[in-house]
Amino acid sequence: MSSENNMPLISVKNLSKIYETDGAETVGLKNVDLVINEGEFVAVVGPSGSGKSTLLQVLGCLDRPTSGEYMLEDKNLKDYSDKELAEVRNKKMGFVFQQFNLLPRQSVLENIKLPLLYAGVNEPERTNIAQRMVDLVDLKDRADFLTTKLSGGQKQRVAIARALANNPKIIFADEPTGSLDSKSGETILDFLQELNDKGHTVVLVTHESYVANSAKRIVHLRDGNIDKDEKVINRRIISKEGFKR
Amino acid sequence: MRFRDTLKISVKGLSTHRGRSLLTILGIVIGITSITLVNAIGNSAKNMILSEVEGLGANNVFILPGKEPTGPTDAGGSILNNSLTIRDLESLKRKSNLPDVAKVAPVVFGPIIASRESETYSTMVIGTTPELFEIYKLDLSQGETFTADDVAQLSGNVVIGKKVADELFGQSDIIGEKIKFKEGNFRVIGVLEEKGQSSFVNFDEVIIAPYTTVQQQILGFRYIQRIGLTATSPEAIPGLVSDIKSTLRDNHNIEDSKDDDFFVTTMKELADSVSTVTDVLTVLLGSVAGISLVVGGVGIMNIMLVSVTERTREIGLRKALGATNSDILKQFLTEAVILTVSGGILGIILGGGLSYLATIVANRFWGLNFSFAIPISGMILGVSVSTAIGFIFGIYPARQASKRSPMDALRYE
Repeated sequence: MSSENNMPLISVKNLSKIYETDGAETVGLKNVDLVINEGEFVAVVGPSGSGKSTLLQVLGCLDRPTSGEYMLEDKNLKDYSDKELAEVRNKKMGFVFQQFNLLPRQSVLENIKLPLLYAGVNEPERTNIAQRMVDLVDLKDRADFLTTKLSGGQKQRVAIARALANNPKIIFADEPTGSLDSKSGETILDFLQELNDKGHTVVLVTHESYVANSAKRIVHLRDGNIDKDEKVINRRIISKEGFKR
Repeated sequence: MRFRDTLKISVKGLSTHRGRSLLTILGIVIGITSITLVNAIGNSAKNMILSEVEGLGANNVFILPGKEPTGPTDAGGSILNNSLTIRDLESLKRKSNLPDVAKVAPVVFGPIIASRESETYSTMVIGTTPELFEIYKLDLSQGETFTADDVAQLSGNVVIGKKVADELFGQSDIIGEKIKFKEGNFRVIGVLEEKGQSSFVNFDEVIIAPYTTVQQQILGFRYIQRIGLTATSPEAIPGLVSDIKSTLRDNHNIEDSKDDDFFVTTMKELADSVSTVTDVLTVLLGSVAGISLVVGGVGIMNIMLVSVTERTREIGLRKALGATNSDILKQFLTEAVILTVSGGILGIILGGGLSYLATIVANRFWGLNFSFAIPISGMILGVSVSTAIGFIFGIYPARQASKRSPMDALRYE
């Protein structure tokens, strides 16, 4: 059941990102060319300092490239204002971070509603959607819990629910299993595979090969450049390994 | 994003740091409290003095001898001057000269020590005619006032104030009793009703006698120190004043108003100058209190800046999830304004409570007739000033917050 097709969703050309701190330049990305089609599940791997997080930040519109072209669907993002980029992040993208990044002292539902709030969805609808999302990640009985009262795995599921709230095309996950025990980590990967099956494009940054192997394609970065771009041959399908989440 | 949602987020943001929020608004609370307090007390004082002025007769006009004092240090001139005479009084009584006058009364006065048996009381004697009781709206609790005949015959019949009666007699029925001062014997024929502390003359503490008697037996001069008049209506006062001036200039052969050896003052002028003084004082004290508001505002700005740094990650996350710069700006600005406005409201409540206490203290311990009033204008001022402070001192931290990058969500640990 593959929903992959050949519509390019993300297409970057000659993408570079150079950081300047106190006059010294650090190269984050150097002339990266990359096309990600709709429905793909791409793992970005590489040693630390290889630029994989930088790539995710630029692709996720959290940061602007120093040079190069970024086409999202058929839109060139070069001339987008901060406000327009905020809207792109809000409507087209969902983020899952290693550190979960939930608002403490707020309930699970409250956290899931955040992207809806900034999308201008009105209140009864916000609660409706958030409740559907919380159900999707099997946390219905925790909906009114404060996020500080949840385990790491549960927190990351809330983050996934939040990423899905506006039904985005792409989900960016930055080391989503990095702070979790292996069982919780597998649950998260299982959810990501399920979402990908439903048609969401997933871009996953990791440094662990077994995590990368759950994707369909692996992009290897080294020194800010794409070193290798391969299809995953022996893909791990978590739910078919007898894994119960 | 809707304003209601921004408001919700801001309230939530503040309630998660409740202790800090309370500390933050302390400066504003203190500032608005003092402004409210100063405003309320200033207002009460003004009302009290004005109502006293009214109580003494709003239509009253006074003529004093000498030149009009040019300032507070120039008051001596009028006391030593003898330019007002009986002849002036007679001219002023004539309707053909002053068509708008209702009553005219001469006043002479001097310090005396009154005694009865072994009791003595140091006070002031006022010599006048029966009209003065009407001009000053003085009522009697016992007996009656002296008459025009008493004045003509230089009689020793006097009316005494409530406190004089209490000090010298300490009993209720004292009509017909004798008192002594300046070697003369006087007979009490009336007692004034208690009037309470007044800012001008305390009629509870004076003895009122026919002016002829006071002039000749006590003071030993023939001129008049004051002439009190009352106009037929408030509208008639300006006309009355100019009639008085021309009558007296006629009598004194004065052609140029610069050479006037008398001056005329009205109760209204007095009331106006009292209002001006209390207004100036209120504004002055209010501005001192206003400085504490600025300090409070700077305090808010500081804490907001700390808060922005501390919440870098939250700001970055919100931006990553789609918040625009203006969403973040609005959130933090709203937080600041909520802080200052609630500080302002607390301050108004606290200031109101304190001025109520001050009213009670003033009434109970100083016997002042203070009325409790927080002017609505003061409340509106308090709320709008605190709102403005929220905007002024909240905009900089809010801008700092809005300029944070969404990257901070990932970076800042």
